[in-house]
Amino acid sequence: MNHAPIVPIVLPALAAALMLIDRRIASQRMLAWVSMLLLLACGAWLMALSADGWRGVYLAGNWAAPYGIALVADRLSSLMVALTALLGVIALGAAHRRWDTRGEHFHPLLQVQLMGLNGAFLTGDLFNLFVFFEVLLIASYGLLVHGDGRPRIAAGLRFVTLNLFGSALFLIAASLLYGVTGTLNFADLSARMPALTGGDATLARAGAWMLLTVFCLKAAILPLYFWLPGTYGAASPPVAALFAVMTKVGVYAVLRVFTMVFGAGAGALADVAFPWIAAIAAAGYLLSMFGALAGADLRRLASMLLVGSAAFLLIGIGLGTERSIAAAVFYLPHTTLSAAALYLVADLVARGRGETADRLRPGPAPLRPAAVGLLFFATAIAVAGLPPFGGFIGKAMLLASMLPQTGPAAASVGPLWAVVLAGSLFAMIALARAGSVLFWKSDGAPVRGVAMPSLRELLPCALALAAIVGITVFAAPLQRYAQATAHELVAPEALVDQVLRTVPRAGPHQPRPESFR
Amino acid sequence: MALLMAIGIGVLAAAGIYLLLRPRTFDTILGLTLLSYAVNLFIFSMGRLSVGRAPIVEAGVSGYADPLPQALVLTAIVISFAMTALLLVLAVRANAASGSDDVDGGEPPRDGPR
Repeated sequence: MNHAPIVPIVLPALAAALMLIDRRIASQRMLAWVSMLLLLACGAWLMALSADGWRGVYLAGNWAAPYGIALVADRLSSLMVALTALLGVIALGAAHRRWDTRGEHFHPLLQVQLMGLNGAFLTGDLFNLFVFFEVLLIASYGLLVHGDGRPRIAAGLRFVTLNLFGSALFLIAASLLYGVTGTLNFADLSARMPALTGGDATLARAGAWMLLTVFCLKAAILPLYFWLPGTYGAASPPVAALFAVMTKVGVYAVLRVFTMVFGAGAGALADVAFPWIAAIAAAGYLLSMFGALAGADLRRLASMLLVGSAAFLLIGIGLGTERSIAAAVFYLPHTTLSAAALYLVADLVARGRGETADRLRPGPAPLRPAAVGLLFFATAIAVAGLPPFGGFIGKAMLLASMLPQTGPAAASVGPLWAVVLAGSLFAMIALARAGSVLFWKSDGAPVRGVAMPSLRELLPCALALAAIVGITVFAAPLQRYAQATAHELVAPEALVDQVLRTVPRAGPHQPRPESFR
Repeated sequence: MALLMAIGIGVLAAAGIYLLLRPRTFDTILGLTLLSYAVNLFIFSMGRLSVGRAPIVEAGVSGYADPLPQALVLTAIVISFAMTALLLVLAVRANAASGSDDVDGGEPPRDGPR
């Protein structure tokens, strides 16, 4: 048994615990960097392993699959873990020596957040997914109110309340599914779903819809997006940048559960939510772009674009074909990184403008207008999904995946094309307006008494952009990876089979689940 | 027993959601607590209701209570306990910062419709 799938969970947990023993900020920083770089290496290792078709099934506690909790690292999970680690490095770079001293325990909270994210991406069990959701949420509450301030506390209160309600729904849905199938393991659920009929199938359908509601709440999809702009706008920039991956947890959960458990092979429940996901996501995408057009400051603009990016991914997932899912998977790292970069640029812009901050109205010019302006320009192109960056390829892949349609789905192609193209245009207009106001309509000299952002402070944002350029340069391998991922997702039988057939390692204390059957 | 259980869960959930929708943080927290009770009872009942049955496998015994929902409820209780504690801290901080226990951090206007 390869231990790789559990490393991204254990490593940050260990680092967080060590940080609480030695609480000096310098040693916390050093530990944070060590853990983060190891995580990045581990993410790259998992991706390299799974690119060759390897799938890691890790039986925690050496219990066979439906009885114990299995961790599963397939292509999608590995990609998400690698992306999370990369965002972690960017957020840590942005927080280093600036935000991490505004309150205590920034670094342990960040590590626990990463542990929760990685766990949610790697788990193969519905209840365990709930537990890791809670782990990442409780850390995110801490990170959100870190550094204090009244708007942050108020935003945190609403965020926590809403997510607790979401957790209650998740628990009801999970226990409903357990009640009708007697299992919570994704693979086992997938194997048992076709056998459900009559009343049991109806209950399972109710569970599926409740799960979709919870995941859409996490992904901030219309009409459940209202919490995001206030919350992310109040968070400190490095935290907001890391939170860019939090809405993707919801997207990931939809992709995982609704292909594997409620996918095409689920009998009475086959593709239970698919036609609806695309429709809801398309409406959400258009509306969030209207929100971006109306954004009064750069952070709110970035938040609405982040809402839009999750909605865009769900359009691809909701269409449910192999090609459209491949497009969504390809677009996912690009859009997450560019949203994070936009939050970091918003902070750099706001610093030199005094009272005006990042509000979109004439004010003092930003400090280092050339460097910051260049970063903003590149980030805006990436966020809008324009060439030359890889996001353009993702958008083109999605549009192309809708094309040769026949049958009932053909009628939806026209409206969806219109939504995607109009939404992209709105994003472009909103960003162009923001850029021209912020950089060209300055009314006088910069505010005095504010330190010029050093080149080192521009580095995290530049790193995010470098990663986006990397996606563009290595678009072909990544596209192959995305296509293989989509192929794996639409036909999960092989994965289900592998999870259920993995035998525990032999040993003196090997549990024997056969005796329970 | 099933009817009693269903009514109990329903009443708890309804009371919880009503309180959750109120504008005061204290009511909201109480509402979430009641809702988590309802959810815990619901998880418990999803393992089928049975009286006087052991959840542990023993020789010569037929008929067991399902142990898994009990384990799930235990986990859910611990998590909701921690979350409620955190929410209480946040509510107290918000109250200290804004001088009001309104969820939006300000007093609603006294006159006029709310």
